[in-house]
Amino acid sequence: MRYAMAVDTKKCVGCSDCVVACQTENNVPHGFCREWVVETMNGTYPQLEIEIRSERCNHCINSPCVRCCPTGASHFAEGGIVLVEHNKCIGCGACMASCPYDARYPHPDGYVDKCTFCIHRIKIGLAPACAAVCPTKCIYFGDLDDPNSDVSVVLKKRKSKTLIPEAGTKPQLYFLI
Amino acid sequence: MTNRRQFIKISIAGAGALTLGAGALKAMGWISKPENSGKIKVDLKRTPTYCEVCFWKCAGWVYKTSEGKIWKIIGNDEDQHCNGRFCPRGTGGVGMYYDEDRLKTPLIRVQERGKQVFREASWDEALDYIAAKMKNISSKSGPESMALFTHGSGSAYFTNLLKAYGSSNIAEPSYAQCRGPRDEAFLATFGEEVYSPEVTDIRDTKCLVLIGAHIGENMHNGQIQEMSDAIDKGVTIITVDPRFSTAAGKSKYWLPIKPSTDIALLLSWIHEIIYNGYYDKNYVEKYCSGFDKLKEHVKDFTPEWAYGITTIKPDLIRKTAKEMSNASPAVLIHPGRHVTWYGDDTQRVRAIAILNALLGSWGRRGGFYRPAKYDVPSAKIPKYTEAKKSWTDAFPGKFPIASSPVSNALIDASIPENKPGFLIKGWIVNATNLVSSIPGQLNTLKAIQNLDLLVSVDIMPMEITGWADVVLPECTYLERYDMLRISPHRKPAIALRMPAAEPMNNTRSGYNIARGLALRLGLESYFPFEKQEDLLDWQLKQVGSSLEEMQRIGVKTKARDADDLYYAENENVSFPTDSGKIELYSKAFEDAGFDPLPKYIAHEEPPAGFYRLIYGRAPMHTFGRTSNNPNLTDLMHENSVWINPKVSKEWGLAQGQYIWLKNQDGVISDFPIKVRVTERIRWDSVYMVHGFGHKQKQMKRCFGKGASDTQLITKVLVDPLMGGTGMRSNFVTFVTEKSEKEVAS
Repeated sequence: MRYAMAVDTKKCVGCSDCVVACQTENNVPHGFCREWVVETMNGTYPQLEIEIRSERCNHCINSPCVRCCPTGASHFAEGGIVLVEHNKCIGCGACMASCPYDARYPHPDGYVDKCTFCIHRIKIGLAPACAAVCPTKCIYFGDLDDPNSDVSVVLKKRKSKTLIPEAGTKPQLYFLI
Repeated sequence: MTNRRQFIKISIAGAGALTLGAGALKAMGWISKPENSGKIKVDLKRTPTYCEVCFWKCAGWVYKTSEGKIWKIIGNDEDQHCNGRFCPRGTGGVGMYYDEDRLKTPLIRVQERGKQVFREASWDEALDYIAAKMKNISSKSGPESMALFTHGSGSAYFTNLLKAYGSSNIAEPSYAQCRGPRDEAFLATFGEEVYSPEVTDIRDTKCLVLIGAHIGENMHNGQIQEMSDAIDKGVTIITVDPRFSTAAGKSKYWLPIKPSTDIALLLSWIHEIIYNGYYDKNYVEKYCSGFDKLKEHVKDFTPEWAYGITTIKPDLIRKTAKEMSNASPAVLIHPGRHVTWYGDDTQRVRAIAILNALLGSWGRRGGFYRPAKYDVPSAKIPKYTEAKKSWTDAFPGKFPIASSPVSNALIDASIPENKPGFLIKGWIVNATNLVSSIPGQLNTLKAIQNLDLLVSVDIMPMEITGWADVVLPECTYLERYDMLRISPHRKPAIALRMPAAEPMNNTRSGYNIARGLALRLGLESYFPFEKQEDLLDWQLKQVGSSLEEMQRIGVKTKARDADDLYYAENENVSFPTDSGKIELYSKAFEDAGFDPLPKYIAHEEPPAGFYRLIYGRAPMHTFGRTSNNPNLTDLMHENSVWINPKVSKEWGLAQGQYIWLKNQDGVISDFPIKVRVTERIRWDSVYMVHGFGHKQKQMKRCFGKGASDTQLITKVLVDPLMGGTGMRSNFVTFVTEKSEKEVAS
């Protein structure tokens, strides 16, 4: 099993609903976030292009954060989801420094926190909160080992990219372009 | 952290990446906030509601934690407005409930108006005070001297109260400051307005034309969802906007029009479509009147003519006209929603309506569908006594096309110097921040100083509450019942809102407030149900449901009575216009002394060193109403001013620098605003999101954050047909040194 997510940049409008849905679902304290929206623009007026991406932890196969964690708090859970075991985390921040995507934040309770792909929801058959709420339905989630999952189907059909592939992390967050 | 963030920015794009939404959050580092770190225990108990963060009114479920705290709000899968997916504002609606800056108890003013010195009062005392003043106004000047300005769900109760009291002076700023010109233009053309949610069949359209409408930045939930579905199906989007909007970024064609010239573009499209025979001939022949006059009218409005005005190349005008024609009738020239721009707005939207008619999209799949509505009886109440004078008697002959009272006319009728036919002496202002929602702030404040009574009903200490004699704190939509939501849609549906929690502090629902006033005014018979839930249960039982059922399901949808979502092929249709036809040529406008066919009139252009002020929406905020919501300020806590790089270079303005804006009348923004240098805006304009620059200190999160566009809109182009306030008529320049900033009056 290999969980992955694909975000359709052609449909995303950057409304940040994913951000606030994640915040309420996971009780992320005000002032912090597990996901965020990036907009890039190219060209000069009036020849312009924008790309809008809903970003979060890339749940990398080759995860620097898991490798560098001195206590084993950062670990792989089912389907390759990268999680932080809060009780084991000493808040040293090594994982934050190692992540090329800046996907982690220091929780006020003293541990490092990040996207879990809403593993508590997946376990009961629900989509991650961001994918469930998105008004444009631009977030696809599922198991890459299942050829019929939403994410497998859309990745087969559409061109996609990952962020900073040169870091060699094998990210599992894809962007449809 | 900072280094990482910069690394990402540099790595993604040459021309500037921008972190939206939670971007600001990421740089904040360690902050100790232990009170926010509670663990969640899921309790499956949920209560239905429909959202009140904007007018779309999506139905959803409020979930609570096992400790009984409101946790999250999720869309109801059965609801046509949201299809189970709330927008960021609806999802962040919990923040409205938890906002610690909410109004907490009734307040009565103790010093002169505007000084904001109040004392706390009991509900009995506050309502007695208002009722006594209202009785006094009625006996001295007549009940029509009371006016109501209102927005949202509470409108039903205060409208009922005011009509029972004897006044019909009830205005919604959503008419003359927003959608009014659109409603009148479609009424004049098709005999019908486009309703809310709009009957736009975006889901099935093949060509979507957006004229200044920025779907995706305005978060009209159902429309965004359908636009996204249409993108999946390969829709052609044509966007006309001086700004490269989010929607423009999804478009096959972006027409970067010179602001204020849209009518010229529309006329040239009409010219192209008629003179190339692109229009739907059967449809026009069968359903429309005035075609020959229209054809003659647009004879000279060629793409070359329009090019000189709009700066849009003739080739692009031709191509896009052909695209529309290829998609016809599944083409939708979107009517827009906030359309009060230049004072000729009814005529501009008329041109949009005419274009839709020519392409046969009204009543057709992929154009505009036919709405259906649940028929739910209202409570039986005595007949209202007819008001002796209505708003039209204040200024006879003005705005003859207006089918709803004009808020700005009611404000003008509150100022004795204007010599209105009768003078308005008291206002109830419900859920609308009048000083921010109506342009010409000084005029509004002048009117306020002439009143005998100003009551403000609100959830937050908005600017208007500071001017009130009595402030009545309403509870949020999460703490109350409200009327059933009975909006027209593809299928008839009703939705229930019920409280998920008891009203916080000493707040009350709008129903209870209005009924409390009615009792004191001897108008109890107009509010026959003491408890709103009893009224709802009675209503629901009339249609074969019950309160108990609706509490379980939240939304009830039924099939249409007939298969009539669109007109059938060659169906005989009698349109509710005077002629029974779609009126391309408006006899009604002609009779009222206005152009029966839209004309392009040149508008004033910015003087040297000034730029047209264009404003719009951000997806995570609703006007200025959400600016203090803790969840939504996390996403966006201030606005910025978009400036073209050519202009910023000329002025030496840097990305992220804070500056003040000064308009053509010398008004300088109270607060500085952040510069966003971007290619996405024309060099002759600047852009900012509406709803920031709040002056009310009690709203701690949003006080002084960003600048207020309303403050800079001192020149208003009023639509002579219906009183709409055109607000894209102001020009601003930049003030960089604080010493230059004049003291705001």
